[in-house]
Amino acid sequence: MLTVRGLRRLHLSVSFDLQDGECVALQGPSGVGKTLLLRSIADLDPNEGTVKLDGTLREAMPAPAWRTRVTYLAAEPGWWSDTVQEHFTAWDDALPLVARLGLPDGCGPWSIQRLSTGERLRLGLVRALMLRSRVLLLDEPTSALDPAAAAAVEGVIAERVSDGTSVLWTTHDGAQARRVGARIFVMRPDGRIEENRP
Amino acid sequence: MTYIQLSYSDLVLPALLVVVDGVFSLILRLKLERQLAIATMRMVLQLVLVGYVLTFLFAAVSPLWTALAALIMVIFASREIVARQKRRLQGVWKYGLGVGCTLLAAGTVTMFALLTELRPDPWYHPRYALPLLGMMLGNTMTGISLGLDVLTNSLMRERAGVEACLALGGTRHQALLPVIRDALRSGFMPIMNSMAAIGLVSLPGMMTGQILAGVEPVDAVKYQLLIMFLIAGGTGLGTLAAVLGGARLLTDHRHRLRLDRIDAGKSA
Repeated sequence: MLTVRGLRRLHLSVSFDLQDGECVALQGPSGVGKTLLLRSIADLDPNEGTVKLDGTLREAMPAPAWRTRVTYLAAEPGWWSDTVQEHFTAWDDALPLVARLGLPDGCGPWSIQRLSTGERLRLGLVRALMLRSRVLLLDEPTSALDPAAAAAVEGVIAERVSDGTSVLWTTHDGAQARRVGARIFVMRPDGRIEENRP
Repeated sequence: MTYIQLSYSDLVLPALLVVVDGVFSLILRLKLERQLAIATMRMVLQLVLVGYVLTFLFAAVSPLWTALAALIMVIFASREIVARQKRRLQGVWKYGLGVGCTLLAAGTVTMFALLTELRPDPWYHPRYALPLLGMMLGNTMTGISLGLDVLTNSLMRERAGVEACLALGGTRHQALLPVIRDALRSGFMPIMNSMAAIGLVSLPGMMTGQILAGVEPVDAVKYQLLIMFLIAGGTGLGTLAAVLGGARLLTDHRHRLRLDRIDAGKSA
């Protein structure tokens, strides 16, 4: 279980629990601080507050170890090498997921430059899923995808959730939020979140 | 050693060449004459002053005065490093990193040369220590400022890639390594280029000076080789320290990228 108590970053002030195998949708207008919240939970920005995974404080472990358990996926995933497969420790193991998300098998040696936005988004997701993290913090993972690809992503995530992964999923799509979220959090401009039962 | 001594009156005729430049500027309305006059006056004043300062220092051979002169040189070099940065670090590190690395690199190789190769008596004799330090400062400065510039600019540009690596559990070292490599390569490039071109394209000023002063060309070459080796070593050391130090300052103990530590105000 992920426990967030009094997390503060700029105007944010947030507390909530995320159970194992629970997917919570996070909604709110653009610029309200949804991305800030996800980044703060992953400890990518300086922030205050108590954040625990199964009762263990994140400060009790090195930040890289925390982030392999509580993994943030940016709305526009970044790349640090030239080709797709250089971003994976074991590209062959990623192939089944790559295929499920509707990407061609042979895209390993492709240059990052030639990928479309949708391809980058899905490959970024595969890369993050390979860590088998306990908690996934997904920042609009389907915003640039066509309906078929978005459905494939929802299917893969739903499978992970039923395996016990916790997910915090930001989306602007109210229908998607009701579809994927067991609960819906709405972030208000004052930096707090409130729960909307679907 | 025999050399042709110049008197100040010998300089009048060459100085007229600058006046000719000024006349061109007036005729062609380049509006450079004011700048040209100021630059020329500055050059004359600074060099004559330095001539007298060095004369005093060489006569005194005092460790204290020599150290003070060296300190002033380091301060000017650091100002230059900061001035060359497009993006600067915040707070004390704006100067601290540049000063520290220049001092470390130039100081170390200068001492190394004084104590092991040249061995003047006393070892801090300003006739050897100060020109050597000056050449080391000028060159390590180039590597350090270039390396830091590439580091900060690439981090701003490659932010998404670096943070993706961090978000996937990479350490700050792993995440910054590609950028660090680029920065080190850039910092080291000028000295490698000048080593490759030296003798064919360019005759270094120090060597030319020694030859004009009557030193045998082969002896002047040996001196120049010593200088080039020292510069290469100093640049490597200084650039490495500056880039690794900069990378550490722009991340924190929780392996976060801290671009907020780059001064946002002055990005002209």
